[in-house]
Amino acid sequence: MMDLRELYQDIILDHGRRPRNFRTIEHPTHFAQGYNPLCGDRVTIYLTLDGDRITDISFQGRGCAISTAAASLMTEILRGKTIGDARALFAQFHVRVTGGEPTEALAEPLAEEMERLEPLTGVKAYPARVKCATLSWHALEAALSGRDGSTVKTE
Amino acid sequence: MTTASLRRTPASPPPASGEGLGRGNGFDPRRLRRDFPIFAHNPDLVFLDSAASAQKPRSVIDGVAEYYRTDYANVHRGVYRLSERSTELYEEARDKVHRFLNAADRREIVFVRNTTEAINLVAQSWGPALLREGDEVLISELEHHSNIVPWQLLRDRIGIRLVVAPIDPTGGLDLAAFEAALSPRTRLVAMTHIANATGTLVPVERVVQLAHRRGSLVLIDGSQAAPRLPIDVQALGCDFYAFTGHKVYGPTGIGVLYARLDVLSAMPPYQGGGEMILHVSFDKTEYQEPPHRFEAGTPDIAGAIGLGLAIDFIEELGRENILDHEEELTGYGVDRLSRIPGLRLLGAGQRRLGILSFDLEGVHPHDVAQVLDRHHVAVRAGHHCAQPLIERLGLSGTTRASLGVYNDEADIDRLAVAIEAAREMFAR
Repeated sequence: MMDLRELYQDIILDHGRRPRNFRTIEHPTHFAQGYNPLCGDRVTIYLTLDGDRITDISFQGRGCAISTAAASLMTEILRGKTIGDARALFAQFHVRVTGGEPTEALAEPLAEEMERLEPLTGVKAYPARVKCATLSWHALEAALSGRDGSTVKTE
Repeated sequence: MTTASLRRTPASPPPASGEGLGRGNGFDPRRLRRDFPIFAHNPDLVFLDSAASAQKPRSVIDGVAEYYRTDYANVHRGVYRLSERSTELYEEARDKVHRFLNAADRREIVFVRNTTEAINLVAQSWGPALLREGDEVLISELEHHSNIVPWQLLRDRIGIRLVVAPIDPTGGLDLAAFEAALSPRTRLVAMTHIANATGTLVPVERVVQLAHRRGSLVLIDGSQAAPRLPIDVQALGCDFYAFTGHKVYGPTGIGVLYARLDVLSAMPPYQGGGEMILHVSFDKTEYQEPPHRFEAGTPDIAGAIGLGLAIDFIEELGRENILDHEEELTGYGVDRLSRIPGLRLLGAGQRRLGILSFDLEGVHPHDVAQVLDRHHVAVRAGHHCAQPLIERLGLSGTTRASLGVYNDEADIDRLAVAIEAAREMFAR
């Protein structure tokens, strides 16, 4: 059972059970829905932007432990970050969960945040679960790209 | 529905002794497993996903290879002996299906790719030829996508109405509501025999009676029933019956559409090409009689032969024995799983066969399936291509364990242990 605990590390089980920022934002400046047609899971990401800084971020939806934990950790990390920070983190995160090695190093404060996402990279050994870890990030990207209220699929 | 009504013939009294489930019919899943090479290659495997696709017995695997080695040639065209032999084997497979369904005439058996293609054939050939705008096709909330989407395509093409008969609160077909949904414009009732997402048995005999009384034809989707129940299309009285080979322990890529000969004869071709014609000129083409009219191009010859071998395998086991086994094991599974705290079986109280679909409180189906996989228990998680039904039941997905002839009580016990492990891991 050792390797299963590498996928489901304590931090993931904790955020899966008690997701942070699991709420709606009444008047978001940006929002978008992520949809995984494989399992039918949906997650909605809400954002309040001040200029290019994320002043509030939250999510709602129904998903597995991994997608819930991924969304929860994402919202914790991104509050106070800029859009550029968010995109840099997503790029790096995407490479890590798909089993690659990032070619560029992140700036120091972001590198520390990246470490907090490390437990989610266990999905790279489970191809069917990679989309669970990235669903909320894809929804975030859709919201940031101004595709407000749109639904982005993981396919 | 009583057990007896599922049977073609009354069950014979059980012999004195037996192994395995102790039904006394000599049916022993443990021993049977030796006929399925997959278990030799995966010794720890608890395979509980036969509703998605069943494993293949050695007789099918080897028989298909042997056909390619010794008898292969294209069918229905060569005058040389090998082609004649190949044609004979292909048509023998049709005869086996004919007997498997107890159809009245071998010409009522059309080989297709799978259940999905069978239903699409009816929707695309019978539909436009015999339906007019405003006519109704009646399905149920229990259907999977392949008995929903073909009718939506037909609706968009010729303007039929697609009517959906609801389920009752327990997850079974609401027969009263179904009867009320039948209208003078209902031309076809298309309904599943066993719901793939919940295992619920539909009283199809009653459905056929009610529909025929209103002048509607009936198509039964037998994907999940064909591997589990004796099927007698004449006794059922249905006009179409569809099933797929890979769920009855046969190869992928081969399926069957049964259609009553008078209905089939009135249907225009589905696809054009070789095999389905009598004479072709650039002005006019004369089509073959059924079933060849609906089998354009070189068919899946080896697939059909493999399906025939799978039917031999099933008949040798005995379809009553398989039904006994599935009923017994389904009952055992319901009892065993119901004792797990927080586990809710879908379609509780409904008569079900071979499928145990459940929700584990607070644990997502994909997480359940992931833990089960670690215990070498293979199940399906998600919406099972029946999204409208799953959403109707207030869920986004379920975990589904489904049975085959090779499963026994020990498999259910290991499933239960693995579910408990998942519960412990994720319980809030």
